[in-house]
Amino acid sequence: MKRVPIALTLLLMAALLVGCARPTPTPPPPKPTETPTVAAPPTEVPTPTPVVKKVVIGFTASQTGKLNVESTRQINGLTLWMEQVNAAGGLKLADGTIVLFEAKFYDDESNKDRVQELYTRLINEDKADFLISPYSSGLADAAAVIAEQYGKIMITTGAASDSTYKKGYTLVYQTYTPASRYLTGAFDLLAALDPTVKKVAIIHENDKFSTDVCDVAKAYGEGKGYEIVLYEGYDSGTADFAPFINKIPAGTEAIMGGGHFADGSTFARQLHEKGVPVKFIALLVAPPEPKFAELGDAALGIIGPSQWEPQAKYSPEAAQAAGLEWYGPTVEEFVSAYKAKFNEDPSYHSAGGYAAGLILQKAIEAAGSLDTEKVKAALDGMGIMTFYGAIKFDTSAEAHGLQIAHEMVYIQWQKDAAGNLVKQVVWPAEAQSAQPLYPLSR
Amino acid sequence: MLAQILASLVDGILLGFVYGLAAMGLSLIWGVMRVINLSHGAIMALGMFGIYLAFTHLGLNPYLALLLLAPVSLLFGFLLYGVAVHRIINAPHLSSLLATFAVDMMVIGIGTAVFTTSLYNVDFSLGTVRAGVLALPGTRLAAAAAAVLITAGLYLFLYRTRPGKAIRAVANNRAAAALMGIPPAQTLALSFGIGTLLAALAGGLITTFFPFTILSGSGYQSKSFVICVLGGLGNPLGALLGGLILGAMEGLIPIVLPVSWVPVLEFTLFVLILLIRPSGLLGART
Repeated sequence: MKRVPIALTLLLMAALLVGCARPTPTPPPPKPTETPTVAAPPTEVPTPTPVVKKVVIGFTASQTGKLNVESTRQINGLTLWMEQVNAAGGLKLADGTIVLFEAKFYDDESNKDRVQELYTRLINEDKADFLISPYSSGLADAAAVIAEQYGKIMITTGAASDSTYKKGYTLVYQTYTPASRYLTGAFDLLAALDPTVKKVAIIHENDKFSTDVCDVAKAYGEGKGYEIVLYEGYDSGTADFAPFINKIPAGTEAIMGGGHFADGSTFARQLHEKGVPVKFIALLVAPPEPKFAELGDAALGIIGPSQWEPQAKYSPEAAQAAGLEWYGPTVEEFVSAYKAKFNEDPSYHSAGGYAAGLILQKAIEAAGSLDTEKVKAALDGMGIMTFYGAIKFDTSAEAHGLQIAHEMVYIQWQKDAAGNLVKQVVWPAEAQSAQPLYPLSR
Repeated sequence: MLAQILASLVDGILLGFVYGLAAMGLSLIWGVMRVINLSHGAIMALGMFGIYLAFTHLGLNPYLALLLLAPVSLLFGFLLYGVAVHRIINAPHLSSLLATFAVDMMVIGIGTAVFTTSLYNVDFSLGTVRAGVLALPGTRLAAAAAAVLITAGLYLFLYRTRPGKAIRAVANNRAAAALMGIPPAQTLALSFGIGTLLAALAGGLITTFFPFTILSGSGYQSKSFVICVLGGLGNPLGALLGGLILGAMEGLIPIVLPVSWVPVLEFTLFVLILLIRPSGLLGART
């Protein structure tokens, strides 16, 4: 029996040790992960030696928790941007200063409380000069409060909710097309495909982002004469959608809604298994993810709004036609660099992460300074086109920082000649890479 | 409305069979060993990934893979028993809670390192059976059938075989069973092994219709607690009945209330049963 207390102590110690490795609500403050900067000062040093300034970009990543997939891609994009800028010798300002970027980030565990704690830490202890938001509207909203309180510029990406930008903040700038425009295009597409369809069911995740999107989509649809036969929210983390699917009234012709990747892909799968006889399904966030194709036949025909797709036709010529300045790599350059580094196709989350860095880079370059006020002025005056699309911010007091130039594209999973699932851009018409598959054969 | 109730009830009950199976392992270990196995959910998650790997990397049919998973998880259960449970079997409850919690943390920690918390999906379909208003995915029907078969097998094992009877004897009175010549350590190890096997199989069946992450087990674990209390400990039929009740509740409640109320009502039932009938509906002992 003497061995029992010893064994207990050992087990307790093991539990404590493992506890440190596993995300818990109050772990000891983690050490910041530092991306090594590729300091490449010119070898043939001209006189006078340029001043090299290191700029710390602070952000959190959802390395664990439900936002892991999207967040990882976003961080991949951001990392690629930073590596490319640093590898090119940094950003050269008008006064000859060379700016090198350095990332400091923590795992926010997809948890809002952690986000606020960690952004405060990034600002106060890690002395971050500029901030990039975490992935998702909820987390970015939590981080935005901290950025504003401490007077730091934050470029948000992966955060589409409109409401964050309507709180009187002055230092928060949005990369994504706002949520209010996420599903409105799906109604436009549906109207173009089949004017006889009238009955639409909207089933969405109960979080801030999805609710914002669907509230606006519902009003937009009703304004266009659609009848919303079911408007229902489900909890984040729902695995069984049967209760919702059973609620869809007979005669429903289209389904819209969804939320994030995990629930959206589960919902799509169960809609297929249940053989719900609708002609059109458009879901948020999940469909544009390459991993969505793992659903097999359940993915076929599903439409999803995307902030960006590799097929997007943004180019220096398009920028010229639109009267905008072109900035950064071309779509092809971004896609091939991303593929080479991460061995997968970039999703819009990846592109958004890269674009957030690019926006900051352009603003610092235009400001010729790292001063918050000057960079803010540059952001307010920005009007550019990048591989990711057009970028311009609302500067009114009511919605400062809201993205007003960037447009959504709508993708649909279709089968190619070999029977493999491929993503095609089906809307807007001018960006179409294939005709929409309609109606769904279910 | 009637059609919706029928469809929801049938969906809920089909899911309830798998919930019941998941709870059965917990119920067995709890009932026989007086150990609350906090690693139950983590083992379910391991079962999920076992099937996922067999399906995607070996190309095995998920149901064949379950046959492979059964002996592996049984052995894993023996191992867990030897390493984490055997030494504290007579210690106060807190010790076994800590020990199994430690196992849970280790499994989840390693699992997160290997698989991350990304969503995985077994793209396997058995088509959909249609009958009037009902549309029943083949995988859910198969899972329910498998759950019934496994329950029947477990019932026969516990009531018709010597090792099964030994488990029940140990559950009833460990000291008396030892005096009758039943080796307690082996019997307890067998109980823990079977409990682990049941958890892994339930996890494996779930992969055929729900996507999952390494963290998915915890939700089923808390449902399993409710089911154990509802159905009574140590009785496979009790666990199955509890699972069916819970499944039916999950199907029917969202018809009239927002889905957020489901766990509230489930745990209200949990407390009520504890107050009114602590032995559960089909409890092995009072």
